[in-house]
Amino acid sequence: MSSIGTGYDLSASQFSPDGRVFQVEYAMKAVENSGTVLGLKGSDGIILAAEKLILSKLHEPGTNQRIFNIDKHIGMAFSGLIADARQVVQIARREAADYRQQYGVSIPLKYLNDRVSMYMHAYTLYSAIRPYGCSVILASYEDGEPTMYTIDPSGVSYGYHGCATGKAKQAAKTEIEKLKVSQLPCRELAKEAAKIIYLVHDELKDKNFELELSWVCKESNGLHQKVPDNVYQEAERAAKQAMEADSESDTDDL
Amino acid sequence: MFSAPPFWENGPAPGNFYNFPNLQPQVQQPQDFRQHSQSPVTTSTSLVGITYDKGILVAGDLLASYGSLARYRNCPRIVKINENIILGASGDYADFQYVKDFVEQKVISEECLDDGLALKPKSLYCWLTRILYNRRSKMDPLWNNFIVAGIQDGQPFLGTVDKHGTAYADKVICTGYGAHIATPLLRDSLDKNPQLNLAEAKALIEKCLEVLYYRDARSYPKYQLGIIDVEQGVSIEGPLEVPQKWEIAYHSKRF
Amino acid sequence: MEGPNDWMDAPHSTGTSIMAAEFDNGVIIGADSRSTTGAYIANRVADKLTRITDRIYCCRSGSAADTQAIADIVSYHLEFHGMELGGDPLVEIGANVFKELCYNYRDSLMAGILVAGWDKKKGGQIYSIPIGGMCVRQPVSIGGSGSSYVYGYVDANFKPNMTQEECVKFVTNTLALAMSRDGSSGGVVRLGIITEKGIERRVVLGNELPKFYEN
Repeated sequence: MSSIGTGYDLSASQFSPDGRVFQVEYAMKAVENSGTVLGLKGSDGIILAAEKLILSKLHEPGTNQRIFNIDKHIGMAFSGLIADARQVVQIARREAADYRQQYGVSIPLKYLNDRVSMYMHAYTLYSAIRPYGCSVILASYEDGEPTMYTIDPSGVSYGYHGCATGKAKQAAKTEIEKLKVSQLPCRELAKEAAKIIYLVHDELKDKNFELELSWVCKESNGLHQKVPDNVYQEAERAAKQAMEADSESDTDDL
Repeated sequence: MFSAPPFWENGPAPGNFYNFPNLQPQVQQPQDFRQHSQSPVTTSTSLVGITYDKGILVAGDLLASYGSLARYRNCPRIVKINENIILGASGDYADFQYVKDFVEQKVISEECLDDGLALKPKSLYCWLTRILYNRRSKMDPLWNNFIVAGIQDGQPFLGTVDKHGTAYADKVICTGYGAHIATPLLRDSLDKNPQLNLAEAKALIEKCLEVLYYRDARSYPKYQLGIIDVEQGVSIEGPLEVPQKWEIAYHSKRF
Repeated sequence: MEGPNDWMDAPHSTGTSIMAAEFDNGVIIGADSRSTTGAYIANRVADKLTRITDRIYCCRSGSAADTQAIADIVSYHLEFHGMELGGDPLVEIGANVFKELCYNYRDSLMAGILVAGWDKKKGGQIYSIPIGGMCVRQPVSIGGSGSSYVYGYVDANFKPNMTQEECVKFVTNTLALAMSRDGSSGGVVRLGIITEKGIERRVVLGNELPKFYEN
């Protein structure tokens, strides 16, 4: 995306002569400006992890969360503009509630993903509105089956074993590919997820960050929730150790 | 002189039924055919609730009657709402299912916020009064008596709401036939021993259900027992059996 | 309303005997075939077993007009939902769509419905939705005016996990007994056997019904 839009980037309802919709591509840029978020699908559930960048020391810890509950069994993590994402969260929650009301059972993630991605796609079609500046990861554990999708600002969605969006998505994806994700249990994956978030965090550009970890798995009885304190601390410890080991081996090389 | 004959005045129009003049229907059809008050169809009978020293017990049988037919004999109507509330209902079972689904969705929506705050018993109790009063004001009441039991600020809370939205809280609450038969038994016991323990309370509830089974023609000997304890939290036991004694049958003379 | 000319203004009702029972790998549904307006038999070979999807059927009782309309709506709804989901809808979902309609319009409907079917998640299932619009799952369920005469027979003879033919026999007997005592039920017994493979329809003719004590 080296070229400037030359007038074709002012509206989401217009293609450029070479067949692109610049507003959507700019929205993806907005996503890349935000902290990294990743999801890992293991043998018994899914871990969601977020690198929440702290822009001001005056912020209270725990505010501006980046992982949300959608229904009992569904979690959503996002990267991009927080205000945009909150609206997507609200839509997803309403879809889940409507489904339960109509059909008396909880919404299958496949169906929710279809609905939310259709919704996000609709926002790429009109001149009066702009696309959502966020990518979301949806995760669930239904009938012993973990399922995970991500949706881009374009409204496109894919199912994943492991995925990442945000600032360091490339680095994070490379790290995820090194793991045999689908064979690992969630407790292990929590550590791996934390390690990756710590690893891809750019200390020079962004000073502080808060690690958010949630899971939806067998151990949580199929409920999506923040990882318990002991799992969180264990994961954070593992991540910090890995970082120290890493910097020691760096100095060894010198 | 050549004006249209009266037959075509206000004649047939697309989308409307035409009413022939001078041919009024013998029976005046009600303009609003919506029935403005219903009566319950599948109903469940009494609930019994009592406060003991560290919590509350709520019990109700598993029967949903269809008129006098004991049609559905496995219909739980005591449900856990969250970690510190139990909701019980007697009356129309369909309306109970409606309210239950409604409350459960409310709890999910609140849990989604993940702010560490949960629905409290007194809040649910108050909210139910509004829902039920609102429906009775529309002349379409939800035909139930609800019992809300829970722990709030470390104290047991037991309240009831009826189909009009009338509500009160007390140490002893029973609905249906239980209000007439079980309340006096429970109040009497509580007067004599205001600090019942769990075992004593359970025995008392069992006694009440036994008497109700003898004297309420819509009752059933299989029941559920909801327990909410300051220390143990919420649990729902069952199906349990009501104990029965019939030996007095030998003493009946003549009739 | 009963009288020689009651059929002129009586509503067309399926005063009925309907039934559904779970067996080891599916459900059997059954119904009589009599459809009456007052005491007049408007149709002696009616079909009260109505398809909703390939593996979800309903047994209708109450007003014929109401239940047919509801069945059509639910059928449309589930067909669409099946396409969106990319698979067969669950029986549970079918029952809930029925319930939602029966509950929300309970003041204007006369419908007692049994929803029965098979799905991958829970196998054979039966949901009973009586007039008020409640919904409850049962391993065996009966409905319609004829059912009141055979509750005892069902309680005494139903066993969980019967074989298919055992269950067919049980359903046929129950319906034959109900039809012989209920004036609003009669004709033939229609059966449907719903398993993973879909439905198998059978008919037991009125003159071939099992016979019991008749005095």
